[in-house]
Amino acid sequence: MTENTPNSFRTQPDDRGHFGEFGGRYVAETLMPLILDLEREYRAAQADPAFQAEFDDLLEHYVGRPSPLYFAERLTEALGGAQVWFKRDELNHTGAHKINNCIGQILLAKRMGKTRIIAETGAGQHGVATATVCARFGLPCVIYMGAEDVARQSPNVFRMKLLGAEVVPVTSGGATLKDAMNEGLRDWVANVHDTFYIIGTAAGPHPYPELVRNFQSVIGTEARAQMLARTGRLPDLLVACIGGGSNALGLFHPFLDDPDVKMLGVEAAGHGLDGDEHAASLLGGVPGVLHGNKTYLLQDEDGQITEGHSISAGLDYPGIGPEHAWLKETGRVEYTAVTDEEALEGFKLLCRTEGIIPALEPSHAIHAVAERAKQMSDDQIILMNLCGRGDKDIFTVAEKLGVEM
Amino acid sequence: MNRLQAAFSKPHPAFVAFATAGDGDTAANLDALVAGGADVIELGMPFTDPMADGPAIQSANLRSLGKGTTTADVLQMATDFRKRHPETPLVLMGYANPMIRRGAEWFALAASNADVDGVICVDIPPEEDGELGPALREKGIAPIRLATPTTDAARLPAVIEGSEGFLYYVSVAGITGKQQAAIDSIEANVSRIKQSTDLPVAVGFGVRTPEQAAEIAKVADGVVVGSAFVDLVGEFGDAAPAKLQALTSAMTSAMRAARS
Ligand SMILES: Cc1ncc(COP(=O)(O)O)c(C=O)c1O
Repeated sequence: MTENTPNSFRTQPDDRGHFGEFGGRYVAETLMPLILDLEREYRAAQADPAFQAEFDDLLEHYVGRPSPLYFAERLTEALGGAQVWFKRDELNHTGAHKINNCIGQILLAKRMGKTRIIAETGAGQHGVATATVCARFGLPCVIYMGAEDVARQSPNVFRMKLLGAEVVPVTSGGATLKDAMNEGLRDWVANVHDTFYIIGTAAGPHPYPELVRNFQSVIGTEARAQMLARTGRLPDLLVACIGGGSNALGLFHPFLDDPDVKMLGVEAAGHGLDGDEHAASLLGGVPGVLHGNKTYLLQDEDGQITEGHSISAGLDYPGIGPEHAWLKETGRVEYTAVTDEEALEGFKLLCRTEGIIPALEPSHAIHAVAERAKQMSDDQIILMNLCGRGDKDIFTVAEKLGVEM
Repeated sequence: MNRLQAAFSKPHPAFVAFATAGDGDTAANLDALVAGGADVIELGMPFTDPMADGPAIQSANLRSLGKGTTTADVLQMATDFRKRHPETPLVLMGYANPMIRRGAEWFALAASNADVDGVICVDIPPEEDGELGPALREKGIAPIRLATPTTDAARLPAVIEGSEGFLYYVSVAGITGKQQAAIDSIEANVSRIKQSTDLPVAVGFGVRTPEQAAEIAKVADGVVVGSAFVDLVGEFGDAAPAKLQALTSAMTSAMRAARS
C-alpha cells in the first residue's frame, strides 16, 4: 500500500463523483442537468427510510435474499489448501447479481416519475434483469444489445421478449456492449423528459458508479454478517470477477476498511494479455474517458477504443468502473486476469466438485480461487462471489468442448 | 481581432460548416465549403464512440477510422488548410479521449502548431474542464462550449464562464442528425442566452435545408450544419466537393437574403 493510504476506503467518491482522479461526469451538456437531477433524487431516496424499506422488501420476497453463504467442502478438499466459501448470488431471481441493482434503480425511476426504461446489455443478464423489473412495475422497456451479442445470446433475447421488452440490435461500431451503451446514451439524450436509463454496472457518469455499488453492496453486507455468524471471523481473501465491476464492488465495499481482508479482482484475459484479444482494462489498458467517466480503457495510442474479447459476453467491456481504477492505484485491491481456457477449467471444476453450473463470468474467479487456495493453509478462508449461474452459457461451453447440441 | 471574432463581425450571420476529417477527400471538401461561402470550418476528429452523434456522423467516423486516419493526420489536415486559407477560422470538434490521450497540454500545443482557432469537446462539461480548457486558453485557442435546451438558468453561467470564440447552441435535446427544433424555441433560447453573454451564439443540430438556415439566421449570430454535408460525402465520396459547394452556396445566400 502506498504512503497516501486514506483513513477510510469507504468514503469515495467526493461530491463531484471523483474516486481519486477517476470517475466524474464526462457527458454532453444535454445530459448534465439530468444527471445532476438524478443525484439529487438519489440523495433524497437514501435519506428516506420508506425507500430503503421497499428495496429491502423486494430483495427479500421477490429476489430471494439473503442469498446463502456456502462452504464448498468438496472443492476445498480437491484443492487442498484454504477453505473456499461462496456467496450464492447465482440463486437470485433471474440467475445473477444484476437484479439487485435493477430493483434499486427502478424504484428510483418510479420516484422520479419516469415512465419509460432503457438499458444496455452484453450477455443479456442485465437486460433480462431490467426487463424483469419493468414487467414487475408495468413500465415499457427498451434494451439495446450489440447485434453480435444478440446472435451469441439468443436464449436471453427470447427471455427479454417474453418479459415484454423491446430488444434493439445495435449494429454500429463492433456491435457489442460498448456500442449498446453508446446507443443507450443516445436514446437518453433524446428522451430525457420521460426516460430513466438503468445502467448495468458500476460505470457511467456520476452518480451511477456510486449508486450501483451501493445497491450491490447488499452482497458484501450480508456475506460479512453471515461469515461472522458462521465462523466467528472474517475471510482472509475475497475474490470476484470483473466486467464493469459491480458484483466485485458489491462484495468488496463493505470489507474495504477491514485491513486483514485481502481482495482479488479477476479480469478476463481472453486469449492472453500479450495479444489484443482480451478484456483486461486494468491490467492491459491505460486511463482515459469513455461513457461519462475517467477510468482505465482498452485503447490505442490515439485514444481510439479497442474491442475487448472474452469467452464470456458479460466481461468483454473495454472499460471498468472508476472505483476499481482507484482501488488499483491505492493498492487496496489486487487485480489479476484469467484466460478463456482457464475459465473453462474453472467452470468444469465447479460442475464436478459441487454440482453447481456457474456462469462463465464467475468461472474466471473460480480459476483464480483454485490457484490461490493451493498456496494458502487450511485454516484460511477464501470467499468468492458466485455471481451468476451457467444456464445461459451451456451453448457456448458445448461449442468450446466440441459438443453438438 | 482574431479570426473567429472577424468571422462573427461580418455584415451577415456566420455559416459554420462541419466535415469529418479523413472522410472522403478532406482538403477538397473543406475548399468546397469555403468556396461556397462558409465563414467557419468545423473539422470533426474521428472517434470510435461518438455518443452524441446520429447515424450520419457515426458512419463518417467509422469510414474515416476504417481508412486509418490518425490524430497526426487530422492535425496535418488543419495545418494544410491554414496554408491554403489564411483567413478562415478552423475549429476542431470531437470527444475527450482522443484529445487528452497524450495529455491536454500536448493537444493544446499540437493544435496551436496547426494554427487552429478553437476546440469543441463534446463530453467535457464545465464541471470537468480543469485541464483542457485552461491548456487551450494558454495557447490562445478558444474553448467553445455547448449550451442546450436543458441548460437552465442555474447552469448557464457555468457554461459561459471560460467559453471563448462563440457559444454553440444545440437546438434539440438529442443527437446530431435529422430532428428539427421549432424556430420559436430556438429564438427564445438564443435570446435568453444572449442576455447572459456577449459571445456570438451559433445554432446547430438538425439544420439541413437553406430554408431552415435562413429562418435561424434571423434569430442567431450563426448557423452550424453538419449531418447534411456528411451525408453528401457518404453518398458521393470523392465526387462530393461540387455537391458540398452547391449546398453551402444555397444556404449562405438564403441566410443573407433572410437578414437583408
Ligand atoms: C453473471 C455475471 N457476472 C458478472 C458480470 C460482469 O459485470 P460486473 O463486473 O458489473 O459484475 C456479468 C455481466 O453481464 C454477469 O452476467
